[in-house]
Amino acid sequence: MSRLYRMPSLGSDMEAGTLIEWVRQPGDRLAKGDVIAVIETQKGAIEVEVFHDAVMGRPLIQVGDKVPVGSPMAELEDASAAPALRPATGIPATHAPEPGPAVAEAGTRTSERIADQAGHRIGHRAGTGTAAQRRRASPAARRLADARGIALDAIEGSGPRGAVVLADVHAATGTTPTTEAASPPRGHLDLAAMRQAIAAAMSRSKREIPHYYLSHDIDLTAATDWLTARNAQLPPDQRLLLGALLIKAVALSLDKFPELNGFDRDGHFEPAQGVHIGCATAIRGGGLVAPALHDADQLQLPTLMTRLRDLVGRVRSGGLRASELSDPTITVSSLGERGVDRLYGIIYPPQVAIVGFGTPALRPWVQDGQVVPRNIVTATLSADHRHSDGHRGALFLARVGQRLQEPDTL
Amino acid sequence: MTRDEIKTIALQELIGVAADLAGETIPGDAQLRDEFDLDSMDILNWVSALHKRLGVDIPELDYPRLVSLDATADYLLERL
Amino acid sequence: MSAQMIEISYREAVREAIREALNRDPRVFLMGEDVGRYGGCYAVSKGLYDEFGPERIRDAPLSEAGFTGAGIGAALGGLRPIVEVMTVNFSLLALDQIVNNAATLRHMSGGQFSVPLVIRMACGAGKQLAAQHSHSLEGWYAHVPGIKVLAPATLEDARGMLWSALEDPDPVVIFEHVMLYNRSGQLAADAGAVPIEGAAVRREGGDVTLITYGGSLFKTLEAADTLAADGIAAEVIDLRCLRPLDDATLMASVARTHRAVIIDEGWRSGSLAAEISARLMEQAFWELDAPVGRVCSAEVPIPYPKHLEDAAVPQTDDIVAAARAVLNR
Repeated sequence: MSRLYRMPSLGSDMEAGTLIEWVRQPGDRLAKGDVIAVIETQKGAIEVEVFHDAVMGRPLIQVGDKVPVGSPMAELEDASAAPALRPATGIPATHAPEPGPAVAEAGTRTSERIADQAGHRIGHRAGTGTAAQRRRASPAARRLADARGIALDAIEGSGPRGAVVLADVHAATGTTPTTEAASPPRGHLDLAAMRQAIAAAMSRSKREIPHYYLSHDIDLTAATDWLTARNAQLPPDQRLLLGALLIKAVALSLDKFPELNGFDRDGHFEPAQGVHIGCATAIRGGGLVAPALHDADQLQLPTLMTRLRDLVGRVRSGGLRASELSDPTITVSSLGERGVDRLYGIIYPPQVAIVGFGTPALRPWVQDGQVVPRNIVTATLSADHRHSDGHRGALFLARVGQRLQEPDTL
Repeated sequence: MTRDEIKTIALQELIGVAADLAGETIPGDAQLRDEFDLDSMDILNWVSALHKRLGVDIPELDYPRLVSLDATADYLLERL
Repeated sequence: MSAQMIEISYREAVREAIREALNRDPRVFLMGEDVGRYGGCYAVSKGLYDEFGPERIRDAPLSEAGFTGAGIGAALGGLRPIVEVMTVNFSLLALDQIVNNAATLRHMSGGQFSVPLVIRMACGAGKQLAAQHSHSLEGWYAHVPGIKVLAPATLEDARGMLWSALEDPDPVVIFEHVMLYNRSGQLAADAGAVPIEGAAVRREGGDVTLITYGGSLFKTLEAADTLAADGIAAEVIDLRCLRPLDDATLMASVARTHRAVIIDEGWRSGSLAAEISARLMEQAFWELDAPVGRVCSAEVPIPYPKHLEDAAVPQTDDIVAAARAVLNR
């Protein structure tokens, strides 16, 4: 019993990926979450994971192949069934093959296993047994599928009357008839492609999502004082950045506002299971990626900071993982030290909200009836009005401000 | 260790944390944050690397002095 | 060497071809109904009577069987006749001469006799001439061994096919679609004979092959423009020669595009389109990525009213729709 490992979707804007490397080989045992391959996308080289325990089976595409999302990349065997697929050990290689056991049933699992052990594939061989419903496919598609050794049943048809046509087979086998260009080296970022991806996602967002916008000035003095005092005692690699506090404050504040943390699914809201903050990270030379900082609400600040450093480093050097691109439940975008007062974000579909932080600056602030200079940041919320209202959004943003007044609780 | 050696180390470590700058020519007096778009994460990573390499403590309050490679070399020379 | 270009109509191009033949070869003469004093029912031979006289521009009695038979006899006797039949509909009266005599004599004489005859005739709908003057029966002729069947669509072919046809030792039938006569365009002033074998790729494209000839060529090219605007690259093949068919060009194109639509103003049943479709199935089956499409005339006698006539024959929109259907786009 085998399943297919398919090109994962790493965001609504991803159409295809290019295989750069098989990290695992046929026969390798894979646990859920293990990286199986590295693929090149518009967001750079991404490590993609398996979603359940399995044994790596036959690869269906080769390094350099570019295939659309959903195309089979490799066969995955059930982890439990795996031993039967390996040739029995202890048989000296020089021996002639022993006669196989009598085949009781033709065209059955037994014959498939025996054929498999002998290195043949009968799964797609025309047999003399009862034929299943014939798949509608063009002659050219049949020939190509046959040459590539893939089953027509596994392919969805896009041709006249739903027939499988050449393009479908090309898609399924990870080849394109015209463009089989070599993939860029791992770690290389194709900024033009990324620009296209951003354009597609943002256009879709502005087209489909009725945004509402809120803005709130937050006194960060307490937070920055706490941060300065803390960092002063620590070596550089243990110091925190303000950005980590902001992310944590947003993550913690979401607990009472689940309608901001999740996904739009065809107009319906699907709350997220965890709080995975998409950390908008700019790339020098242009470009932007917002990979997930998983379970940000659960992480202690030092851990969160370590993860953030790791994440930002991998955005710039390549090596993001598939789950990091597809999992964010809300995005945080922070302008950092060298920016302007505020930013109004555009929601990254299918998320429903994005929190923006401008550049903190000393500004006049009224406290206890006195105008005093305080370190102020303007936080904004852009949210999907289909799934939340300004009143709730305002309460959320206010809560983020309150949490930042007590940095030691973050 | 001479100032030039320190400056070379500073450049090496900078490229170590911002590999995409490897092909760039970075003049000694170039304003790193503005001209090479270094953000607070880059600076922190750079400071961490310099700390490891040279054993120099660079307090957060001194980050503003690391404006250019020249300024950084001068600063580190003082601290060594 | 840059050829000087002249503006010329299809009608004039055919006339120039006839004039050149008359000038080059004293054995050549033109014969048909009203070709002389009247100048031809489509005015193709206008002026030639005055220029070449009644010996070489011969008005024939209203008997297609009679003057076609006379043309066959003249060819057998060593002349190079050009017989003009007003329309393909009337040529049915001469079918016995063409099919039973012209096409057979080389074979029945064991190669002793050849019939170097050229028969020109108008064909096709679009001029509101109703069902007895508008049909496209080229496919019937293309069925018959022993003759060659040509369908010049472009000015170059209208100008250049006649001489090559006259050079051919066997009978050649040339179909001139009535809607082409008034088409004008640029033609090299020194344009001359062109090969009569082989199809021509009039437009290159990788998504679908549109196979057509004669009067449908320009509708098909228009359709290709429309398709291009939607990102579909259609290759347009002008058959030029309907018998023998240029299988190699067709198969090579379909091997690239994997899809084909045939546009034929003849009726669908038993049509030339049917023949081509069958050949694609025989020779390119494993290349096909979709069923072969056909755009043919409605199975009615061509109607007289303009709107019904238009509805009966292939139009640009029909071609676009057929191409989309095989692409499922």
